[in-house]
Amino acid sequence: MFNRFANPNRFLRLSRPLVPVMAWATVLLMAAGLYMTFFTAPADYQQGQSVRIMYVHVPSAWMGLFCYVGMAVAAAVGLIWRHSLADLVAKATAPIGAAFTFLSLVTGSLWGKPMWGTYWVWDARLTSMLVLLFLYLGYMALQNAFDDPERGFKASAILVLVGVINVPIIKFSVDWWNTLHQPASVIKAGGPSIHPSMLWPLLVMSLAFTTYYVWVLLLRVHAEIAASKIRALRMRQASA
Amino acid sequence: MRGFLAIVRRDLSLAVRQGMDSVMVVMFFVLACVLFPFGVGPEPNVLARIAAGVIWVAALLAAMLSLERLFQTDYEDGSLELLTLSPLALEVVVLAKIVAHWLTTGLPLIVASPLLAVLMNLDAAGYPYMVLALALGTPSLSLIGGVGAALILGSRRGGVLLSLLVLPLYIPVLIFGVSAVDAAIGGFEAKAQFLVLGGILLAALPLCPWAGAAALRQATE
Repeated sequence: MFNRFANPNRFLRLSRPLVPVMAWATVLLMAAGLYMTFFTAPADYQQGQSVRIMYVHVPSAWMGLFCYVGMAVAAAVGLIWRHSLADLVAKATAPIGAAFTFLSLVTGSLWGKPMWGTYWVWDARLTSMLVLLFLYLGYMALQNAFDDPERGFKASAILVLVGVINVPIIKFSVDWWNTLHQPASVIKAGGPSIHPSMLWPLLVMSLAFTTYYVWVLLLRVHAEIAASKIRALRMRQASA
Repeated sequence: MRGFLAIVRRDLSLAVRQGMDSVMVVMFFVLACVLFPFGVGPEPNVLARIAAGVIWVAALLAAMLSLERLFQTDYEDGSLELLTLSPLALEVVVLAKIVAHWLTTGLPLIVASPLLAVLMNLDAAGYPYMVLALALGTPSLSLIGGVGAALILGSRRGGVLLSLLVLPLYIPVLIFGVSAVDAAIGGFEAKAQFLVLGGILLAALPLCPWAGAAALRQATE
Protein backbone atom coordinates (compact mmCIF):
# COMPACT_ATOMS: atom_id res chain seq x y z
CA MET A 1 0.00 0.00 0.00
CA PHE A 2 2.73 2.40 1.05
CA ASN A 3 5.00 1.48 -1.78
CA ARG A 4 2.37 2.33 -4.34
CA PHE A 5 2.59 5.95 -3.24
CA ALA A 6 6.36 6.02 -2.92
CA ASN A 7 6.69 6.85 -6.59
CA PRO A 8 7.09 10.64 -6.70
CA ASN A 9 5.50 10.97 -10.12
CA ARG A 10 2.39 9.08 -9.09
CA PHE A 11 2.22 11.17 -5.95
CA LEU A 12 2.51 14.35 -7.99
CA ARG A 13 -0.24 13.24 -10.34
CA LEU A 14 -2.58 12.37 -7.49
CA SER A 15 -1.86 15.34 -5.27
CA ARG A 16 -1.74 18.19 -7.80
CA PRO A 17 -5.55 18.49 -8.03
CA LEU A 18 -5.69 18.60 -4.22
CA VAL A 19 -3.69 21.82 -4.03
CA PRO A 20 -6.40 24.22 -5.28
CA VAL A 21 -9.04 22.31 -3.31
CA MET A 22 -7.11 22.77 -0.09
CA ALA A 23 -6.31 26.38 -0.93
CA TRP A 24 -9.98 27.24 -1.44
CA ALA A 25 -11.05 25.26 1.60
CA THR A 26 -8.52 27.20 3.67
CA VAL A 27 -9.71 30.57 2.35
CA LEU A 28 -13.41 29.80 2.88
CA LEU A 29 -13.03 28.15 6.27
CA MET A 30 -10.67 30.85 7.50
CA ALA A 31 -13.12 33.55 6.38
CA ALA A 32 -16.03 31.77 8.07
CA GLY A 33 -13.97 31.09 11.19
CA LEU A 34 -12.76 34.68 11.48
CA TYR A 35 -16.31 36.00 10.94
CA MET A 36 -17.59 33.74 13.73
CA THR A 37 -14.65 34.69 15.92
CA PHE A 38 -15.30 38.40 15.70
CA PHE A 39 -19.07 38.63 15.26
CA THR A 40 -21.04 35.57 16.36
CA ALA A 41 -18.96 34.24 19.25
CA PRO A 42 -19.91 35.93 22.52
CA ALA A 43 -17.46 37.83 24.67
CA ASP A 44 -16.57 35.95 27.83
CA TYR A 45 -18.30 37.10 30.99
CA GLN A 46 -14.99 37.18 32.84
CA GLN A 47 -12.39 37.70 30.15
CA GLY A 48 -14.31 40.09 27.90
CA GLN A 49 -13.15 40.50 24.32
CA SER A 50 -9.71 39.02 24.87
CA VAL A 51 -11.22 35.53 24.87
CA ARG A 52 -11.25 35.83 21.07
CA ILE A 53 -7.50 35.15 21.11
CA MET A 54 -8.50 31.59 21.94
CA TYR A 55 -9.74 30.98 18.39
CA VAL A 56 -6.20 31.39 17.09
CA HIS A 57 -4.31 30.18 20.14
CA VAL A 58 -5.99 26.81 20.65
CA PRO A 59 -6.01 25.66 16.99
CA SER A 60 -2.37 26.62 16.54
CA ALA A 61 -1.39 24.72 19.69
CA TRP A 62 -3.34 21.69 18.47
CA MET A 63 -1.66 21.94 15.09
CA GLY A 64 1.75 22.27 16.71
CA LEU A 65 1.19 18.91 18.38
CA PHE A 66 -0.58 17.38 15.39
CA CYS A 67 2.29 18.30 13.06
CA TYR A 68 4.79 16.73 15.45
CA VAL A 69 2.84 13.48 15.61
CA GLY A 70 2.45 13.53 11.82
CA MET A 71 6.16 14.16 11.45
CA ALA A 72 6.95 11.28 13.80
CA VAL A 73 4.70 8.89 11.87
CA ALA A 74 6.22 10.00 8.56
CA ALA A 75 9.73 9.67 10.01
CA ALA A 76 8.98 6.16 11.29
CA VAL A 77 7.58 5.12 7.91
CA GLY A 78 10.64 6.58 6.20
CA LEU A 79 12.97 4.81 8.59
CA ILE A 80 11.28 1.42 8.55
CA TRP A 81 10.21 1.03 4.91
CA ARG A 82 12.83 3.42 3.47
CA HIS A 83 9.97 5.34 1.98
CA SER A 84 11.54 8.40 0.34
CA LEU A 85 8.29 10.33 0.10
CA ALA A 86 7.64 9.91 3.83
CA ASP A 87 11.05 11.47 4.48
CA LEU A 88 10.05 14.44 2.38
CA VAL A 89 6.73 14.76 4.22
CA ALA A 90 8.53 14.75 7.57
CA LYS A 91 10.98 17.35 6.35
CA ALA A 92 8.24 19.54 4.88
CA THR A 93 6.12 19.32 8.04
CA ALA A 94 8.82 20.57 10.41
CA PRO A 95 8.81 24.30 9.55
CA ILE A 96 5.01 24.39 9.43
CA GLY A 97 4.73 22.73 12.83
CA ALA A 98 7.41 25.00 14.26
CA ALA A 99 5.47 28.02 12.97
CA PHE A 100 2.23 26.78 14.56
CA THR A 101 4.02 26.13 17.85
CA PHE A 102 5.59 29.57 17.76
CA LEU A 103 2.22 31.15 16.96
CA SER A 104 0.58 29.38 19.90
CA LEU A 105 3.34 30.56 22.25
CA VAL A 106 3.07 34.16 21.01
CA THR A 107 -0.74 34.32 21.11
CA GLY A 108 -0.66 32.58 24.48
CA SER A 109 1.66 35.18 25.93
CA LEU A 110 -0.44 38.00 24.46
CA TRP A 111 -3.48 36.41 26.07
CA GLY A 112 -1.61 35.82 29.32
CA LYS A 113 -0.74 39.48 29.79
CA PRO A 114 -4.32 40.73 30.35
CA MET A 115 -5.52 37.51 32.07
CA TRP A 116 -2.63 36.36 34.24
CA GLY A 117 -0.87 39.70 34.39
CA THR A 118 2.29 38.33 32.80
CA TYR A 119 3.53 37.41 29.36
CA TRP A 120 5.22 34.25 30.50
CA VAL A 121 5.11 31.87 33.45
CA TRP A 122 7.17 28.72 33.85
CA ASP A 123 4.08 26.59 33.91
CA ALA A 124 4.23 22.94 32.87
CA ARG A 125 2.24 23.38 29.68
CA LEU A 126 4.10 26.49 28.56
CA THR A 127 7.45 24.90 29.28
CA SER A 128 6.61 21.70 27.44
CA MET A 129 5.38 23.68 24.43
CA LEU A 130 8.65 25.59 24.45
CA VAL A 131 10.51 22.27 24.49
CA LEU A 132 8.40 21.24 21.49
CA LEU A 133 9.57 24.33 19.63
CA PHE A 134 13.19 23.46 20.46
CA LEU A 135 12.62 19.90 19.24
CA TYR A 136 11.37 21.28 15.92
CA LEU A 137 14.39 23.59 15.66
CA GLY A 138 16.77 20.76 16.57
CA TYR A 139 15.16 18.55 13.94
CA MET A 140 15.58 21.19 11.26
CA ALA A 141 19.18 21.87 12.28
CA LEU A 142 20.09 18.17 12.23
CA GLN A 143 18.32 17.72 8.92
CA ASN A 144 20.49 20.38 7.32
CA ALA A 145 23.76 19.40 8.96
CA PHE A 146 24.77 16.65 6.56
CA ASP A 147 26.20 16.90 3.07
CA ASP A 148 24.31 13.77 2.11
CA PRO A 149 20.54 14.49 2.38
CA GLU A 150 19.84 10.79 2.92
CA ARG A 151 21.85 10.83 6.17
CA GLY A 152 20.04 13.96 7.26
CA PHE A 153 16.70 12.22 6.84
CA LYS A 154 17.68 9.17 8.85
CA ALA A 155 19.45 10.93 11.68
CA SER A 156 16.66 13.46 12.12
CA ALA A 157 14.02 10.71 11.93
CA ILE A 158 15.60 9.05 14.97
CA LEU A 159 15.63 12.39 16.77
CA VAL A 160 11.93 12.96 16.06
CA LEU A 161 11.06 9.54 17.43
CA VAL A 162 13.06 10.21 20.60
CA GLY A 163 11.21 13.51 21.02
CA VAL A 164 7.77 11.89 20.74
CA ILE A 165 8.01 11.35 24.49
CA ASN A 166 7.24 15.05 24.89
CA VAL A 167 3.83 14.83 23.18
CA PRO A 168 1.90 13.02 25.95
CA ILE A 169 3.68 15.22 28.49
CA ILE A 170 2.26 18.32 26.79
CA LYS A 171 -1.23 16.87 26.47
CA PHE A 172 -1.47 15.77 30.09
CA SER A 173 0.69 18.47 31.68
CA VAL A 174 -2.41 20.39 32.74
CA ASP A 175 -3.86 17.30 34.43
CA TRP A 176 -0.69 16.02 36.08
CA TRP A 177 0.50 19.29 37.50
CA ASN A 178 -1.55 21.96 39.14
CA THR A 179 -0.86 24.75 36.70
CA LEU A 180 -1.89 28.27 35.83
CA HIS A 181 -2.86 27.12 32.35
CA GLN A 182 -6.45 25.93 32.41
CA PRO A 183 -7.14 22.17 32.13
CA ALA A 184 -8.50 20.50 29.00
CA SER A 185 -12.00 21.68 28.13
CA VAL A 186 -12.60 20.29 24.64
CA ILE A 187 -10.96 16.89 24.27
CA LYS A 188 -11.71 15.15 27.54
CA ALA A 189 -13.78 12.38 29.04
CA GLY A 190 -17.45 13.36 29.40
CA GLY A 191 -17.55 15.64 26.36
CA PRO A 192 -16.50 19.26 25.96
CA SER A 193 -17.30 21.61 28.81
CA ILE A 194 -17.22 24.64 26.53
CA HIS A 195 -20.44 26.26 25.29
CA PRO A 196 -21.44 25.45 21.64
CA SER A 197 -21.40 29.15 20.71
CA MET A 198 -17.68 29.11 21.46
CA LEU A 199 -17.00 25.53 20.40
CA TRP A 200 -18.20 25.97 16.82
CA PRO A 201 -15.92 28.88 15.86
CA LEU A 202 -13.10 26.95 17.51
CA LEU A 203 -13.77 23.84 15.44
CA VAL A 204 -14.12 25.82 12.19
CA MET A 205 -10.83 27.59 12.86
CA SER A 206 -9.15 24.26 13.65
CA LEU A 207 -10.41 22.84 10.39
CA ALA A 208 -9.14 25.92 8.55
CA PHE A 209 -5.73 25.49 10.18
CA THR A 210 -5.70 21.81 9.18
CA THR A 211 -6.53 22.47 5.53
CA TYR A 212 -3.92 25.24 5.56
CA TYR A 213 -1.40 22.70 6.82
CA VAL A 214 -2.29 20.18 4.11
CA TRP A 215 -2.14 22.88 1.45
CA VAL A 216 1.29 24.18 2.48
CA LEU A 217 2.54 20.64 3.05
CA LEU A 218 1.63 19.64 -0.52
CA LEU A 219 3.29 22.76 -1.91
CA ARG A 220 6.44 22.09 0.10
CA VAL A 221 6.60 18.41 -0.88
CA HIS A 222 6.15 19.36 -4.53
CA ALA A 223 8.96 21.86 -4.16
CA GLU A 224 11.18 19.23 -2.50
CA ILE A 225 10.54 16.76 -5.32
CA ALA A 226 11.36 19.47 -7.87
CA ALA A 227 14.54 20.33 -5.93
CA SER A 228 15.70 16.72 -5.87
CA LYS A 229 15.01 16.43 -9.61
CA ILE A 230 17.15 19.52 -10.21
CA ARG A 231 19.87 18.04 -8.00
CA ALA A 232 19.78 14.78 -9.97
CA LEU A 233 19.97 16.67 -13.28
CA ARG A 234 22.91 18.76 -12.10
CA MET A 235 24.74 15.63 -10.93
CA ARG A 236 24.18 14.03 -14.29
CA GLN A 237 25.44 17.14 -16.08
CA ALA A 238 28.50 17.30 -13.86
CA SER A 239 29.38 13.66 -14.39
CA ALA A 240 28.72 13.72 -18.15
CA MET B 1 29.11 -9.43 29.24
CA ARG B 2 32.83 -9.98 28.61
CA GLY B 3 32.71 -7.81 25.53
CA PHE B 4 30.80 -5.16 27.43
CA LEU B 5 33.43 -5.01 30.15
CA ALA B 6 36.21 -5.02 27.58
CA ILE B 7 34.79 -1.92 25.90
CA VAL B 8 34.28 -0.15 29.21
CA ARG B 9 37.86 -1.00 30.20
CA ARG B 10 39.18 0.17 26.83
CA ASP B 11 37.40 3.52 27.05
CA LEU B 12 38.48 4.02 30.63
CA SER B 13 42.12 3.30 29.88
CA LEU B 14 41.93 5.59 26.85
CA ALA B 15 40.52 8.33 29.07
CA VAL B 16 43.25 7.77 31.67
CA ARG B 17 46.10 7.64 29.18
CA GLN B 18 44.97 10.53 27.03
CA GLY B 19 44.89 12.40 30.25
CA MET B 20 42.98 15.35 31.23
CA ASP B 21 39.42 14.80 30.03
CA SER B 22 37.79 14.12 33.38
CA VAL B 23 39.88 16.74 35.12
CA MET B 24 38.86 19.34 32.56
CA VAL B 25 35.20 18.45 32.91
CA VAL B 26 35.41 18.92 36.67
CA MET B 27 37.32 22.17 36.24
CA PHE B 28 34.66 23.44 33.87
CA PHE B 29 32.00 22.44 36.40
CA VAL B 30 33.74 24.31 39.21
CA LEU B 31 34.50 27.39 37.11
CA ALA B 32 30.97 27.63 35.73
CA CYS B 33 29.58 27.55 39.28
CA VAL B 34 32.15 30.05 40.54
CA LEU B 35 30.99 32.53 37.90
CA PHE B 36 27.61 32.84 39.57
CA PRO B 37 28.68 34.58 42.80
CA PHE B 38 30.34 37.18 40.55
CA GLY B 39 27.25 37.42 38.36
CA VAL B 40 24.52 37.66 40.97
CA GLY B 41 26.61 39.02 43.85
CA PRO B 42 28.04 37.14 46.86
CA GLU B 43 24.96 37.64 49.07
CA PRO B 44 24.76 34.32 51.03
CA ASN B 45 20.97 34.14 51.02
CA VAL B 46 20.70 34.65 47.28
CA LEU B 47 23.39 32.04 46.67
CA ALA B 48 21.72 29.53 48.97
CA ARG B 49 18.44 30.08 47.15
CA ILE B 50 19.89 29.38 43.67
CA ALA B 51 22.61 26.89 44.71
CA ALA B 52 20.84 23.68 43.72
CA GLY B 53 19.81 25.03 40.33
CA VAL B 54 23.24 26.46 39.53
CA ILE B 55 25.01 23.23 40.46
CA TRP B 56 22.59 21.20 38.36
CA VAL B 57 22.86 23.45 35.32
CA ALA B 58 26.64 23.48 35.55
CA ALA B 59 26.71 19.68 35.89
CA LEU B 60 24.46 19.37 32.86
CA LEU B 61 26.66 21.62 30.73
CA ALA B 62 29.81 19.87 31.93
CA ALA B 63 28.36 16.46 31.08
CA MET B 64 27.46 17.75 27.62
CA LEU B 65 30.90 19.22 27.03
CA SER B 66 32.57 15.83 26.72
CA LEU B 67 29.73 14.14 24.84
CA GLU B 68 30.89 15.20 21.42
CA ARG B 69 33.95 12.96 21.69
CA LEU B 70 31.95 9.93 22.82
CA PHE B 71 31.80 8.37 19.35
CA GLN B 72 33.64 10.99 17.28
CA THR B 73 37.19 9.68 17.75
CA ASP B 74 36.12 6.08 17.11
CA TYR B 75 34.20 7.23 14.05
CA GLU B 76 37.21 9.06 12.66
CA ASP B 77 39.81 6.34 13.16
CA GLY B 78 37.49 3.58 11.93
CA SER B 79 37.25 1.56 15.15
CA LEU B 80 33.52 2.27 15.23
CA GLU B 81 33.10 0.23 12.04
CA LEU B 82 34.98 -2.65 13.63
CA LEU B 83 32.70 -2.40 16.65
CA THR B 84 29.61 -2.54 14.44
CA LEU B 85 31.04 -5.64 12.76
CA SER B 86 31.78 -7.38 16.06
CA PRO B 87 29.45 -10.19 17.19
CA LEU B 88 28.46 -8.04 20.15
CA ALA B 89 25.05 -6.38 19.74
CA LEU B 90 25.54 -2.74 18.86
CA GLU B 91 23.17 -1.74 21.67
CA VAL B 92 25.57 -3.32 24.17
CA VAL B 93 28.49 -1.45 22.60
CA VAL B 94 26.61 1.84 22.92
CA LEU B 95 25.67 1.09 26.53
CA ALA B 96 29.29 0.22 27.35
CA LYS B 97 30.54 3.47 25.87
CA ILE B 98 27.88 5.42 27.75
CA VAL B 99 28.82 3.69 31.01
CA ALA B 100 32.45 4.62 30.40
CA HIS B 101 31.38 8.20 29.69
CA TRP B 102 29.47 8.36 32.95
CA LEU B 103 32.41 6.91 34.90
CA THR B 104 34.74 9.54 33.47
CA THR B 105 32.42 12.56 33.71
CA GLY B 106 29.31 11.90 35.80
CA LEU B 107 31.11 10.30 38.70
CA PRO B 108 33.77 13.04 39.08
CA LEU B 109 30.97 15.62 38.97
CA ILE B 110 29.17 13.89 41.83
CA VAL B 111 32.39 13.75 43.83
CA ALA B 112 33.04 17.45 43.23
CA SER B 113 29.49 18.57 43.97
CA PRO B 114 29.74 18.84 47.80
CA LEU B 115 32.67 21.20 47.40
CA LEU B 116 30.56 23.41 45.16
CA ALA B 117 27.66 23.14 47.55
CA VAL B 118 29.95 24.70 50.18
CA LEU B 119 31.03 27.46 47.81
CA MET B 120 27.41 28.17 46.86
CA ASN B 121 26.30 28.22 50.49
CA LEU B 122 23.80 25.40 50.01
CA ASP B 123 21.98 24.42 53.19
CA ALA B 124 23.93 21.57 54.81
CA ALA B 125 20.76 19.48 55.05
CA GLY B 126 20.69 19.37 51.25
CA TYR B 127 24.15 17.79 50.69
CA PRO B 128 23.13 14.10 50.77
CA TYR B 129 20.07 14.86 48.62
CA MET B 130 22.21 16.79 46.16
CA VAL B 131 24.59 13.86 45.81
CA LEU B 132 21.77 11.34 45.57
CA ALA B 133 19.88 13.41 42.97
CA LEU B 134 23.05 13.77 40.89
CA ALA B 135 23.75 10.06 41.24
CA LEU B 136 20.30 9.27 39.85
CA GLY B 137 20.28 12.08 37.28
CA THR B 138 23.73 12.09 35.67
CA PRO B 139 23.43 8.53 34.26
CA SER B 140 20.27 9.68 32.48
CA LEU B 141 22.19 12.67 31.13
CA SER B 142 24.90 10.36 29.74
CA LEU B 143 22.30 8.03 28.24
CA ILE B 144 20.26 10.75 26.55
CA GLY B 145 23.43 12.51 25.47
CA GLY B 146 24.73 9.29 23.95
CA VAL B 147 21.86 9.30 21.47
CA GLY B 148 22.66 12.88 20.50
CA ALA B 149 26.37 12.08 20.15
CA ALA B 150 25.55 9.18 17.82
CA LEU B 151 23.21 11.31 15.72
CA ILE B 152 25.70 14.07 14.94
CA LEU B 153 28.45 11.78 13.61
CA GLY B 154 29.71 13.07 10.30
CA SER B 155 27.68 16.28 10.40
CA ARG B 156 28.93 19.81 10.01
CA ARG B 157 29.18 21.91 13.21
CA GLY B 158 28.73 18.86 15.43
CA GLY B 159 29.32 20.45 18.83
CA VAL B 160 26.81 23.29 18.65
CA LEU B 161 24.28 21.01 17.01
CA LEU B 162 24.67 18.49 19.82
CA SER B 163 23.70 21.06 22.43
CA LEU B 164 20.64 22.03 20.40
CA LEU B 165 19.52 18.40 20.21
CA VAL B 166 20.31 17.31 23.74
CA LEU B 167 19.52 20.27 25.98
CA PRO B 168 15.72 20.23 25.44
CA LEU B 169 15.70 16.55 26.33
CA TYR B 170 17.68 17.28 29.51
CA ILE B 171 15.00 19.60 30.88
CA PRO B 172 12.93 16.96 32.77
CA VAL B 173 16.02 15.65 34.57
CA LEU B 174 16.94 19.20 35.51
CA ILE B 175 13.45 20.04 36.79
CA PHE B 176 13.16 17.02 39.04
CA GLY B 177 16.81 17.07 40.11
CA VAL B 178 16.56 20.64 41.33
CA SER B 179 13.14 20.27 42.90
CA ALA B 180 14.28 17.18 44.82
CA VAL B 181 17.06 19.18 46.47
CA ASP B 182 14.87 22.23 47.04
CA ALA B 183 12.11 20.12 48.59
CA ALA B 184 14.57 18.40 50.92
CA ILE B 185 16.01 21.73 52.07
CA GLY B 186 12.54 23.19 52.55
CA GLY B 187 11.69 20.29 54.85
CA PHE B 188 9.27 18.59 52.47
CA GLU B 189 9.08 14.98 51.39
CA ALA B 190 11.34 14.59 48.32
CA LYS B 191 10.48 10.98 47.62
CA ALA B 192 8.28 11.72 44.60
CA GLN B 193 11.04 13.64 42.82
CA PHE B 194 13.54 10.86 43.45
CA LEU B 195 11.07 8.30 42.16
CA VAL B 196 10.59 10.33 38.97
CA LEU B 197 14.37 10.67 38.55
CA GLY B 198 14.69 6.92 39.00
CA GLY B 199 11.86 6.37 36.54
CA ILE B 200 13.55 8.53 33.91
CA LEU B 201 16.74 6.53 34.40
CA LEU B 202 14.91 3.21 34.12
CA ALA B 203 13.17 4.34 30.93
CA ALA B 204 16.36 5.74 29.42
CA LEU B 205 18.42 2.66 30.26
CA PRO B 206 16.87 0.36 27.63
CA LEU B 207 15.60 3.01 25.17
CA CYS B 208 18.67 5.21 24.71
CA PRO B 209 21.16 2.45 23.76
CA TRP B 210 18.56 1.21 21.29
CA ALA B 211 18.10 4.63 19.66
CA GLY B 212 21.84 5.25 19.82
CA ALA B 213 22.57 1.96 18.07
CA ALA B 214 20.06 2.84 15.33
CA ALA B 215 21.84 6.15 14.88
CA LEU B 216 25.26 4.48 14.72
CA ARG B 217 24.03 2.00 12.13
CA GLN B 218 22.92 4.70 9.78
CA ALA B 219 26.13 6.64 10.40
CA THR B 220 28.40 3.74 9.47
CA GLU B 221 26.22 2.41 6.68
